[in-house]
Amino acid sequence: MAENTNLDYQKKKNKEEMKQQVITFALMIVFTIIAFAMVLSDLDKLFVVPILFLLAVVQVIFQLYYFMHMSHKGHEMPAFMMYGGIFAAFLTLLGLTVLVWW
Amino acid sequence: MSSTTMTQKQGFAATLWDYLTTVDHKKIAVLYLIGGGFFFILGGLEALAIRIQLIQPNNDFVSNGFYNEIMTMHGTTMIFLAAMPLIFALMNAVVPLQIGARDVAFPFLNSLGFWLFAFGGILLNCSWFLGGAPDAGWTAYAPLSVVSPGHGVDFYVLGLQISGAGTLIAGINFLVTIINMRAPGMTYMRMPLFTWTTFVVSALILFAFPALTIGLFLLMFDRLFGSGFFDASLGGNSIIWEHLFWIFGHPEVYILILPAFGVFSEVIPTFSKKRLFGYTAMVFATVLIGFLGFMVWAHHMFTVGMGPAANSIFAVATMAIAVPTGIKIFNWLFTLWGGNIKINSAMLWSLGFIPSFTIGGMTGVMVATAPADYQYHDSYFVVAHFHYVIVGGVVFAIFAGLHYWWPKMFGKILNETLGKITFWTFFFGFHLTFMIQHFLGLMGMPRRYAVYLPNQELELGNVISTIGAFLMAFGAIVFVINIIVTTTKGEQVSGDPWNGRTLEWAIPNPVPHYNFKQLPLVRGLDALWIEKTEGRKELAPAEPLDDIHMPNPSILPFVMSLGLFIAGFGFIYQVDHPSWLIVLFIGMGITLGTMFIRSIKDDHGHHIHKEDLDEEAR
Ligand code: HEM
Ligand SMILES: [Cu+2]
Repeated sequence: MAENTNLDYQKKKNKEEMKQQVITFALMIVFTIIAFAMVLSDLDKLFVVPILFLLAVVQVIFQLYYFMHMSHKGHEMPAFMMYGGIFAAFLTLLGLTVLVWW
Repeated sequence: MSSTTMTQKQGFAATLWDYLTTVDHKKIAVLYLIGGGFFFILGGLEALAIRIQLIQPNNDFVSNGFYNEIMTMHGTTMIFLAAMPLIFALMNAVVPLQIGARDVAFPFLNSLGFWLFAFGGILLNCSWFLGGAPDAGWTAYAPLSVVSPGHGVDFYVLGLQISGAGTLIAGINFLVTIINMRAPGMTYMRMPLFTWTTFVVSALILFAFPALTIGLFLLMFDRLFGSGFFDASLGGNSIIWEHLFWIFGHPEVYILILPAFGVFSEVIPTFSKKRLFGYTAMVFATVLIGFLGFMVWAHHMFTVGMGPAANSIFAVATMAIAVPTGIKIFNWLFTLWGGNIKINSAMLWSLGFIPSFTIGGMTGVMVATAPADYQYHDSYFVVAHFHYVIVGGVVFAIFAGLHYWWPKMFGKILNETLGKITFWTFFFGFHLTFMIQHFLGLMGMPRRYAVYLPNQELELGNVISTIGAFLMAFGAIVFVINIIVTTTKGEQVSGDPWNGRTLEWAIPNPVPHYNFKQLPLVRGLDALWIEKTEGRKELAPAEPLDDIHMPNPSILPFVMSLGLFIAGFGFIYQVDHPSWLIVLFIGMGITLGTMFIRSIKDDHGHHIHKEDLDEEAR
């Protein structure tokens, strides 16, 4: 009995996840199309480049959380390491940029 | 070592082949020990040459140009080729045993990491015989390093690039090993501190070494392929090298010191018969130091002219590191307090470390005070500071660790009398050499100069310093004698000669090459001690006796590294004549070829069968 509910729950969860994955997949394709369209159009560079970066970051997050299951249990250490690395790299790049070109 | 009895029966060639192809972490530890020990002696001889040159004003023991080479190679050798590999020796010997694993996660890469280090170091030192060693300081600041004539700095660039790749590989390997291969029950907060520091250090390697790799690439292109990254006349910026170097360089000093902290956190509890005071705080401090280590690099550049705002930020961030470091010092003192203390060589090095390192930390805060650093910078005061932390911290830890884990690595306890002679002469010589250098620096003696003038009251201090250096050399020689005496005359001891607390002491002596017949079940911090307090002698197994899967030995890592070594010469000399490109292609061909073989040839390792394990037990 207990096993059965567990199985049902698992099934429901899988279905839920599948739905999310399809949605994010579609979104990612849309994002990519937007990115290409923006590069092809002759919009101002200063406007296009930051948006491209933003889209890229969102896509990375989608990738990590919906396709690589980073929100699931057992991923705390990779998450910690990644955010730690991003944090250190960001500070370093910020510091370097400010110190060298300011 | 499990194979000592076997090797005695084997011939020399067979033993050599065994070590060239080994992927066993215990044997790779021995290789790192031999390699690091060799370069430690080499760097020590260079140090003696420096001190002989400086024993009197206007001395001409070596020429000015040659002095620059010796001084550069001393620093480079000691940091990259002696301290790092000796620490890797301890990590390889101990960490898999401490976490209850049969080997590291990637045994093949482990061997590759060692051979890359070895060939990088040899390449660097080939420069002595090929027109002169690098002479731009171990920091190789541009533009000097770009314009330095001859091939010296090219050897620096290629040698460090190759050995740096080995270090990066080793770091990644330990990360994966510690995350994935801990025995059942060994949660993160049950890991011994040496394992914890290895873990944090591996992360530091992963994030810090790429900065060096990039810096070296840029320097290589400037020197060998005509680019102008650091050349102001071509629109480059030489300060970028300094930044890249120290973005790597400051984490590097923590890569060196954190494992040292780990060693002392093992030795002190064992010989005080107490658990480590403030374990959680120790772990937290280690992680915090790891993070802060990335945010302070510009304290090496206070005098570059970054401006008061940047200088203040980096000064404050630097001083913040003194806080977790202080926490650690107090925790060791509290571990000692009220303990049942046994003083032997390992413990002597640990007790000597505490005041010595604290002095280094104190001068660290002094040099971190940006306005004051305008006075200290590039003087002997800085030389005194970093020798207090590196020798008083890292080298003391290596000696302590070797005394402590020698019975685990080689089955015998190092001779105590000789060990104590080494400690006292080295300890005394160390303070004699470097304490006085603080004052020489304050009196205005600049670092990295081959001569100083008479009648500036610098004579006496320099004589004292040189005498101290010879005392240290004496101590080091006695240590080598100690190794020889112990190896030939020492007696085999049990697997747990110190009444240890952590998992590695649960293994019999000699350590079987699969480490654990059955993986142990860990029930808490100081896993073995817990069992001892409950009257058991060993840990309960976490699995039934079964076949053990082990990796196969391989010569490929050696050949891969050899290829890069050969290619290094091609890179360096193709500026003289394009025909050297052939050497480059041959070398890269060998490396890429072996990588290809490795990729397509399946190697599933081998099994040690259950029946054979039973047999051995009988
Ligand atoms: C309390 C902790 C520490 C502080 C506040 C500190 C601060 C500093 C500062 C500000 C400098 C630059 C001085 C100058 O060039 O004018 C320096 C140099 C140096 N420090 Fe430290 N330090 C600390 C610990 C360490 C440790 C643990 C190590 C190594 C194990 C280390 C190794 C070095 C080295 C190698 C240099 C000289 C680099 C060179 O110019 O060749 N320091 N330290
Ligand atoms: Cu630093």
